[in-house]
Amino acid sequence: MLFSDNHILSTILFTPLVGAIIMLFIPRERADLHRWMGNIFAFLGLLVSLPLIWRFSLDANAPRFQFVQDLSWIPSIGARYSIGIDGLSFLMVLLTTVLGMISIGSSWSAIKKREKEYYILFLLLQTGMLGVFMSLDFVLFYVFWEVMLVPMYFLIGVWGSERRLYAAIKFFLYTLAGSVIMLLAILAIYYNSNPHTFSIKAILESPTPMFSVQLQKWLFWGFFFAFAIKVPMFPFHTWLPDAHTEAPTAGSVILAGVLLKMGTYGFLRFSVPMFPDATNRYRWIMIALSIVAIIYGALVCMMQKDMKKLIAYSSVSHLGFCTLGIFALTPLGLTGSILQQINHGISTGALFLIVGVLYERRHTRLISEFGGLSTPMPNFAAIYMIVTLSSLGMPLLNGFVGEFTILKGVFDVRWQWAAWGVIGVVLGAAYLLWLYQRVMFGNVTNPANENLPDLNWREYATLVPLIVLAFWLGIYPSPIFRVLDTPVQRIVQVVNPGYYTPPPVSAAAAPPPMHIDDAAAPTDARAEVK
Amino acid sequence: MDPQVLSQTLTDSMFVLPAAMLGLFGLAILLTDFFLARNQKSWNSVTAMLGVAFSGGALYEVAHQNRFAFNNSIVIDPFFVFFSALFLTSTALVILLSVRYMEIEREQHGEYYALMLFATIGMMFLACGNDLIVLFIGLETMALAFYVLSGFLRRDRRSNEAAMKYVLIGAFSSGILAYGFSILYGIAGSTNLNDITEAIAKKPANDLMVFIALGAVAAGVFFKIAAVPFHQWAPDVYEGAPTTISAYVSVASKTASFALLLRLFLTVFWPVRAEWLMLVATVAVLSLTLGAFAAITQTNIKRLLAYSSITQVGYILLGLVGSVNKDGSVNRLGLEAVAFYLMVYLFFNTGAFAIVIVLRRKGVIGDDVDDLNGLIHRNPGAAILMLIFLLSLAGIPPTAGFFAKLFVFWSLIQTQHYVLALLAVAYILPAVYYYFRLVAAMFVRESVDPVRPVISLGQWVALGAMVAVTLAAGILPEWWVRVATNSIFIPFGR
Repeated sequence: MLFSDNHILSTILFTPLVGAIIMLFIPRERADLHRWMGNIFAFLGLLVSLPLIWRFSLDANAPRFQFVQDLSWIPSIGARYSIGIDGLSFLMVLLTTVLGMISIGSSWSAIKKREKEYYILFLLLQTGMLGVFMSLDFVLFYVFWEVMLVPMYFLIGVWGSERRLYAAIKFFLYTLAGSVIMLLAILAIYYNSNPHTFSIKAILESPTPMFSVQLQKWLFWGFFFAFAIKVPMFPFHTWLPDAHTEAPTAGSVILAGVLLKMGTYGFLRFSVPMFPDATNRYRWIMIALSIVAIIYGALVCMMQKDMKKLIAYSSVSHLGFCTLGIFALTPLGLTGSILQQINHGISTGALFLIVGVLYERRHTRLISEFGGLSTPMPNFAAIYMIVTLSSLGMPLLNGFVGEFTILKGVFDVRWQWAAWGVIGVVLGAAYLLWLYQRVMFGNVTNPANENLPDLNWREYATLVPLIVLAFWLGIYPSPIFRVLDTPVQRIVQVVNPGYYTPPPVSAAAAPPPMHIDDAAAPTDARAEVK
Repeated sequence: MDPQVLSQTLTDSMFVLPAAMLGLFGLAILLTDFFLARNQKSWNSVTAMLGVAFSGGALYEVAHQNRFAFNNSIVIDPFFVFFSALFLTSTALVILLSVRYMEIEREQHGEYYALMLFATIGMMFLACGNDLIVLFIGLETMALAFYVLSGFLRRDRRSNEAAMKYVLIGAFSSGILAYGFSILYGIAGSTNLNDITEAIAKKPANDLMVFIALGAVAAGVFFKIAAVPFHQWAPDVYEGAPTTISAYVSVASKTASFALLLRLFLTVFWPVRAEWLMLVATVAVLSLTLGAFAAITQTNIKRLLAYSSITQVGYILLGLVGSVNKDGSVNRLGLEAVAFYLMVYLFFNTGAFAIVIVLRRKGVIGDDVDDLNGLIHRNPGAAILMLIFLLSLAGIPPTAGFFAKLFVFWSLIQTQHYVLALLAVAYILPAVYYYFRLVAAMFVRESVDPVRPVISLGQWVALGAMVAVTLAAGILPEWWVRVATNSIFIPFGR
């Protein structure tokens, strides 16, 4: 029953919530029990999400959204409890459950106060994030999108470091500022869709575009702020270094690994396919902002004294690649972007864990405090090296596949854009290796570092799975490409129909469109608009 | 007496039975109070609760009616029933919260509970009055009771000051309102709203007298609901009055005044809706602005909640703005938004005050932001409840406040007030900022005060009910939306 196709998503969604509710009734003094419960329910959450892997159909003729559950929720306003996943959200859901398990596991010894609240909030956060990726109804989506802010506020505000309250409220207000504008856009969508609907599925599957070009422009910007702040894109990124730096390790992992992806997910799910004309019109702004983010983020990284802040800014740069790939509007660009989002979750998540390892031993994150750590901690050095290489895009590791695919996709459109991206790749290698060099190589200059213990089994348990994933995606990424094939194609058909049909110079003699499996694809209708 | 008139009067009496019940039980409290020893005075609250229960029963009997009574001077319709139910709920919650609080204040008197019931009678007539005289008497009955209640802590100078301010400003605003009423009488030659409505509908489009009447009535009502620029009394009264009464004023009195506002604006002033729309929109934006920025600097929770409730009034008024389409027709959703907002606001706003009430103990007033420090360690239940109420006030899901705001925004979008909608959502940000100052105090800051606040059984019952509604209407709002939808009345529709 729980694992039937109709209920599996609800099971995944509410497993963490059930855990949180149960823990509410356990006395707070029993800290170890809370640790166990938190880990068990995070593990259960991962476990119940695994059946998706073999039950998810890759058939191009399968319905766009699978495992759909659609129940009446608020009939008076037409909002429904409607959830389902396509290839894109399938990957995001798995990323969330995997990273959720790993970050909760990494908190075991790092969190030493108020364990009960910590694990409850983390589980609530899991439910909120999963809900965002699964929702097929705008009201439901928005509820999850905002619900998730509250636990994150507390994770930063209670368990963070010195300036935690400032960082927490800054995170909250920034994200909320974007969200409330999106709320208006959602209401405008309802009011202007025909028939009036909150259903994401209905709007995406509508054979003709739902909104006029003029309206699309407004809606695009209405959604843009919410997603651009979440990603974060260039001028909206200032909350991120604070939040990342002040958050506890697990909070940073989940923030970088999953929360930022909600922004790019939003672009892919709503902005691009729902407002294709506006997307094409404003594409150059998005590309420009992405390139600025790539270069600016990388340059700022060079200047950082704090390891965690450096990694935070590297996220700005990496996410710049993701948005660059999205707005290339080619199948390779989009696929690479999604792949890179997952890679970023793995590599940057691992980097934050590594900073966490050092912070737990030395209670400082300043680069100048370290140096020559490879002598006392050889195994740590090896793992850190692999993670660094994965993050900077070394072949055989995951980062390479993602960045290369994005750059290839962008290059097909305009080589200058790709050239800027390449500069970003070079700078990325520079700051990551330089960081590694300053922290790990040389002689141990600081006596406090001489006898640091190497990794313990729990730290291996959190880092090794990420390393395995990094190698797997680097060597054999084709399952991911296969999963993304259909959803990416559906997006490109709407937003960039010219890609599949040659330009209408020789319209009469044009060969039949390739890759079109869906007979109802709106190719011709869209070509005229363009 | 003509037997037909007599039977008519008897039938009509059925319709004022809810109010009559309250009156009977209020008088009973005053009588039985003599026979209670000093330490038995809390039994008066039981009598008061019984009064509320019987009144609720009588109200249930007249539900689903839609008719005039007493020679068209009162109207019994779903609107009246809905609002009366809100008043009774609010009264019941405040009574439950009061018993222990008044014990601590050493002001446990029968008059306190009797006055609350009398105030509720006034509110009921505000909701059902269809005649200027009835409305005015209803308003004054309510206001007089509130003046006394807010000065109930005789030994506390702040309470005395609050009562004095409230009386002076209240008398002033009632005067303005009465002036507006007198002009309405002058226009129609009748005090009956039906006659006045007809008379104004026949007037030319831009009649000066109608505008003056509108201005005076609006100003009088804006005083009562504490909308900017008629709000100055609110923070002082909320701070000085007993906290239970602050909650009561901020919820029940406000809801009742909104009933009056809706009744008048949707009947007699409906022909000049283009004008009051401008007025209401301006006042709403001013309330949002001032409420948001003044609350940021407050260090007293009651003052902060006073400014926050000014902001809430701004949102409710925006719902009223969203109830008129561009072409002048009525947009149901706006009226539903107002009704839904008022209904759920009752629960979460009283809830936020309730936490301040339970912080009160011997020697500690407990209304400073610092008094919340470390509440999560001292009383986790209270801290979590307060968090839920504050999230709801700020409009964060999954709480009732989110849907309340959603409906307001929605009605604004439908009526194409895009700028107002943008302003309305923008003011959520400062609100979150100041509500989260309280959250940070409760959950992050450490407490120097090791005492755990004690919560009585009655207070737990009230808190439980309030949090249940706040969450229920936030997670599964369908039933609540329907209740609000059925309560509204369409101008000229009945």
